[in-house]
Amino acid sequence: MHLSYQMVLAQLMLGLNNGAFYAILSLGLAVIFGLLNIINFAHGALYMLGAFVALLGYNELGPLLGMPGFHMNYWTALIVSPLVVGLLGVLIEKTMLKRLYKVDHLYGLLLTFGLALILQGVFTNYFNVSGVSYNGKPEILRGVVNLKFMMFPTYRLWSIGISLTVCFATWFIIERTKLGSYLRAGTENPSMVQAFGVNVPLMITLTYGFGVGLAAFAGVVAAPIFSVSPIMGAEMIITVFAVVVIGGMGSIMGSIITGLSLGMVEGLTKVIYPPAANTVIFFMMILVLLIKPAGLFGKEE
Amino acid sequence: MVAPFLAYPVFVMQLLCFALFACAFNLLIGYTGLLSFGHAAFFGGAAYITGYLVKHMGLTPELGVLAGTLAAGAMGYVFGSLTIRRQGIYFAMITLALAQVVYFIALKAPFTGGEDGLQDVPRGMLFGLIDLGHSYHVAGKPLELNLYYFVFTIFCLGFWIIHRAIHSPFGQVLKAIRENEPRAISLGYKVERLKLLAFVLSASLAGTAGATKSIVFQLASLTDVSWHTSGEVVLMTLLGGLGTVLGPVVGAFTVITLHSELSAIGSWVTVVIGVTFVVCVLAFRRGIVGEVLEIIRAWSLKHND
Repeated sequence: MHLSYQMVLAQLMLGLNNGAFYAILSLGLAVIFGLLNIINFAHGALYMLGAFVALLGYNELGPLLGMPGFHMNYWTALIVSPLVVGLLGVLIEKTMLKRLYKVDHLYGLLLTFGLALILQGVFTNYFNVSGVSYNGKPEILRGVVNLKFMMFPTYRLWSIGISLTVCFATWFIIERTKLGSYLRAGTENPSMVQAFGVNVPLMITLTYGFGVGLAAFAGVVAAPIFSVSPIMGAEMIITVFAVVVIGGMGSIMGSIITGLSLGMVEGLTKVIYPPAANTVIFFMMILVLLIKPAGLFGKEE
Repeated sequence: MVAPFLAYPVFVMQLLCFALFACAFNLLIGYTGLLSFGHAAFFGGAAYITGYLVKHMGLTPELGVLAGTLAAGAMGYVFGSLTIRRQGIYFAMITLALAQVVYFIALKAPFTGGEDGLQDVPRGMLFGLIDLGHSYHVAGKPLELNLYYFVFTIFCLGFWIIHRAIHSPFGQVLKAIRENEPRAISLGYKVERLKLLAFVLSASLAGTAGATKSIVFQLASLTDVSWHTSGEVVLMTLLGGLGTVLGPVVGAFTVITLHSELSAIGSWVTVVIGVTFVVCVLAFRRGIVGEVLEIIRAWSLKHND
């Protein structure tokens, strides 16, 4: 098979784009897991919810307010959607997850699985599974950019850029600021941190809110690229779980790097052997598990 | 034994298949403390293999089910070897991701029928003699009694194997591993090997259930291998009562009934299932059978004083 240089690069860029979504979602999972010790199965559903807040804000909010011409624009959605979903996250943590910290961590996984089913069921009921396209892409992000080696859609370039910015900002906050050091200390020894006068329960609540806010943010960024559908999160989350297994749950940077590189591996597979593109991440996972059961960046228990 | 005369037989057979599936799953979580989130791989994988062998290779149904069981067992050995070293949430996630590989194979492989699944699996002749498709007319209603007793026998056999395993020394060691793994290791048990054995046994029986299901419904579909099915069996077991012998049967009965009673409300069923999950986890962790046992225990304690 003839592989053109251009084709490989194009797929690598598209892969990087997907990888940016994997990175931001697995990062959110890692942040939540770090402090709550819960694998947030609802993460995919909250990513979907984020995209729907943007979609409904653009299509339905105007008519709902009696102003048919009004649209909640993309930039507003980027702020509003993570806030709305983050607030829902705070509510979930306060009313449900909080009761589960004393029992086996598996119950957290099961609870969030239930929540994912509820969200997915409700949206499937009102929207077709095949999805709706989001038309609120801002004028400035339409068109293509000349990257010298190829022409690339502006919006995709923007989505890579903004996702990476958010990922590294999160990394910076957690690894390099005082707030982050509280968080890290909280994962090591909550009662000690509490003794220093830090409100640990509040910190946990806000961490969950922040983590799911990240998912919603990814959802808004993804909305103009993929069609917005009730199952978009269910498809994404399993891949992200594999990313998490490969990266190991230990490190924030690990989830970012693993997410990005697996996106590119997926892209490359699309050029070399297209039928395997959907499964290559899972095969990578098996390979990594054989060599390093704790994942690439994980610590052995 | 009389169930087919009282209720819709296909419903009862579906119930038996899922009850066996849940019992097999419970062997792992209830007695070994391993939450597998990928058990649909064994259930659905066996359904496809049995369906294929019976339809295209002309295998008799009992050999088909046996082949499905063995295949699921082999798959369980591979998955188990990969996952058994990890625990808790990691174990759950890895089993889920591995099951997803099986899902993609079922979607893409040439023999599975892709989105349509494997349809028109013949019910065939049991031992080449008894026609499982034959229906008797009882009180004017057609009843597929041969098929029903075939499924019933398989369920009883599977349930008996699980019951024996739980109440054997092997089962006792599994419980010990669940309660305190380091202590079990220090007592000299080869914990990893025992866990793997439990995993293979659980996978095989889940396979038996899936294989039987493909004969009953004459269909192996993507739903059987999807992660929703994996979640559903977790719910059945949790709702019925983790680590109780009858819990999974009661749970399967409840969930299957919910599905069939609520089928009219479309995707709201997913919401109802989700809510059941949440309520179970928050308020009801012992499950139906677990709660009943607890009430009996409290009652007998009070009356023995």
